[in-house]
Amino acid sequence: MAPVDAVIAIEKVSVKAFRLMLLARMLDDKFASLYRMGKIHGGVFLGRGQEALSVASGLSLRPGDLFAPLIRDTAGRLAFGEDLVDAVRTYLGSGLGPMRGRDGNVHRGEPRKGVYAMISHLGAMISVINGGLMAHRFTGKTGSVGLASMGDGATSTGAFHEGLNQAAVERLPLVLVVANNCYAYSTPNDRQFACKTLLARAAGYGVEGVEFDGTDLEESLDKVNGAVQRARAGGGPQLVIANLLRLCGHGEHDDASYVDADLKSSAVGRDCLKVAEDQLRQEGLLTPETLTQWREEAARDIENVVAQVQREPGPDPYQEDWSALATKSLVETQWPS
Amino acid sequence: MVITYLEAIRAAQAAALRDDKRVFIYGQDVGVFGGAFKATKNLAQEFPGRVIDSPISEDAMIGMAVGAAVSGMRPILEVQFADFSTLALNQIVNQAATHYWRTGVPCPITVRLPSGGTSGSGPFHSQSMEALYAHYPGLVVMAPATVQDAYEMLLAAVAIDDPVIYCEHKYLYYHLKADDLFTEPPVPVGKARIARAGRDLSIVTYSAMVHEALAVADELAKEKIEIEVVDLRTVKPLDTDSIVASVSRTGRLLCVGEAFPWGGVTAEVVARVASEGFNLLDAPPMRLNAKDTPVPYHPNLWAAHRPTARSIADAARRLLRM
Ligand SMILES: Cc1ncc(C[n+]2csc(CCOP(=O)(O)OP(=O)(O)O)c2C)c(N)n1
Ligand SMILES: [Mg+2]
Repeated sequence: MAPVDAVIAIEKVSVKAFRLMLLARMLDDKFASLYRMGKIHGGVFLGRGQEALSVASGLSLRPGDLFAPLIRDTAGRLAFGEDLVDAVRTYLGSGLGPMRGRDGNVHRGEPRKGVYAMISHLGAMISVINGGLMAHRFTGKTGSVGLASMGDGATSTGAFHEGLNQAAVERLPLVLVVANNCYAYSTPNDRQFACKTLLARAAGYGVEGVEFDGTDLEESLDKVNGAVQRARAGGGPQLVIANLLRLCGHGEHDDASYVDADLKSSAVGRDCLKVAEDQLRQEGLLTPETLTQWREEAARDIENVVAQVQREPGPDPYQEDWSALATKSLVETQWPS
Repeated sequence: MVITYLEAIRAAQAAALRDDKRVFIYGQDVGVFGGAFKATKNLAQEFPGRVIDSPISEDAMIGMAVGAAVSGMRPILEVQFADFSTLALNQIVNQAATHYWRTGVPCPITVRLPSGGTSGSGPFHSQSMEALYAHYPGLVVMAPATVQDAYEMLLAAVAIDDPVIYCEHKYLYYHLKADDLFTEPPVPVGKARIARAGRDLSIVTYSAMVHEALAVADELAKEKIEIEVVDLRTVKPLDTDSIVASVSRTGRLLCVGEAFPWGGVTAEVVARVASEGFNLLDAPPMRLNAKDTPVPYHPNLWAAHRPTARSIADAARRLLRM
């Protein structure tokens, strides 16, 4: 059994969620260290501090649903069934990964399995999820939902407005999960929006909204799942606002020195992984020994996968067909090379 | 039977809806109202639930189409005027155009762009956007010039597995009529058509300018000058072989387009002929485009802004003297 499948098979949701968070955190840490060793081309973007929310998104979905994860969704992707090896392949540029070296890092997905491959342009995936949901409607596929992840900064885009409004007009089962991590790159919330809370926006679109503490795993599982259930039951789009703090730089190139020290020491600055660990301990679901064991298992799985992918061939420019069209008869062949 | 270019577009959409369950139409006012130009007249009534009014959200319109297409549908988008597709540029060039290449999953959307100038329409309801989209890898860009092509190429656009930008000319909507939908043997997508054969000079053009060029050919024929008119039909892919073959017959190239002059389709054609058919040329290749200003509102200015039969004839005469 693949490592993620083993974790997914765990019955108790909070335990499963915690193990996925742990795996995601350790995988992210591995990406960071590979980055520092110069083994990753381009940027590395981590979900540190956002795993509780992300895992809640992934676990609230089921096969047949649609998911548009964003840059801080290692946990959610794994929870929705992404194979560890594909995450590593896309970061390390293996020619065998789903993006075949044509795209990298967080820009990965498998549309046929319901995971859309994000483009960088913030806000742009919402309407794409809407389209997938329209396709489900046309083909009589009922009971599915689509979940799009979003940052606080992305809520300022025109695409966010158009996408949420479109979903509201069509009353689509869209769950829009906003990780309000207080910053968009270096820009704080007060330079991003002027409403008291992003939740206020829900009313303007005529959709249901919910806001909660995204550092709390139990709360995240409960609230995201609730929104997904309401959408599934025909309640229309759901705007989910989770408050938390990004516990890392925007990317690994960024030292995040601009983050307000008071925020770091406030409630939003709590580390969701630690909060979840404490919760599980209190409920008697976790002992120090099991935690050590889970850590070791995750570390071993990650090391194995990284070692495997490092042996895989990169994409070969001579084998690449260099055509962007599916219709090969329409590919221009005139270009001198 | 007389059928207009616009009716052909409507008929093609009706046929697509009838023959393919995956097809739906999405756009502003396309539903019961039938579209700003009536290109979807009665389709909402004939195909309930499959011709859907969108909010004024060009970005989300194309994004929605992409999501539907990668989940198995064949959406046709009507952008009310080509000019407004700038609001959807991101979804077209970054989402739709990259999707197949990045993921291996095709993105078969058809984006209809009512394009080109009509008298009195001004800077924001007149633009020709084909060059902009042709610049991006991953898109097919069509610009039909005849009633038959308007019909056949739109059906082809829906059938093609890639995103297609279908530039339909608003001037041709009502002005261009044919006795029948099918008057000529079909030409495959991606191939140019010799709209008129000649041996003295090739005018390579597309969309509404084909008809201006044909008028010039008629006029110069009175002076015993034989103009060959090449209708590109698709601007991407560009049928370089047919263009070079035409230049090999005539030795002279005049490339005409209604779009702005910097870069664009005519520049691409000239560049290709210069690099692949330089020895075939008896005179420098020439381009004629609109002026390098926004499209003016007043008919006097508008008529002088874009190429017309008169300015094309002047250019052809100059080229023939070289
Ligand atoms: C439309 C667009 N503009 C700018 C960027 C560059 N950019 C990438 S991430 C980012 C900050 C995003 O902030 P937020 O949405 O809050 O997400 P977070 O990184 O905090 O998770 C910016 C400005 C982009 N990707 N897309
Ligand atoms: Mg943010």
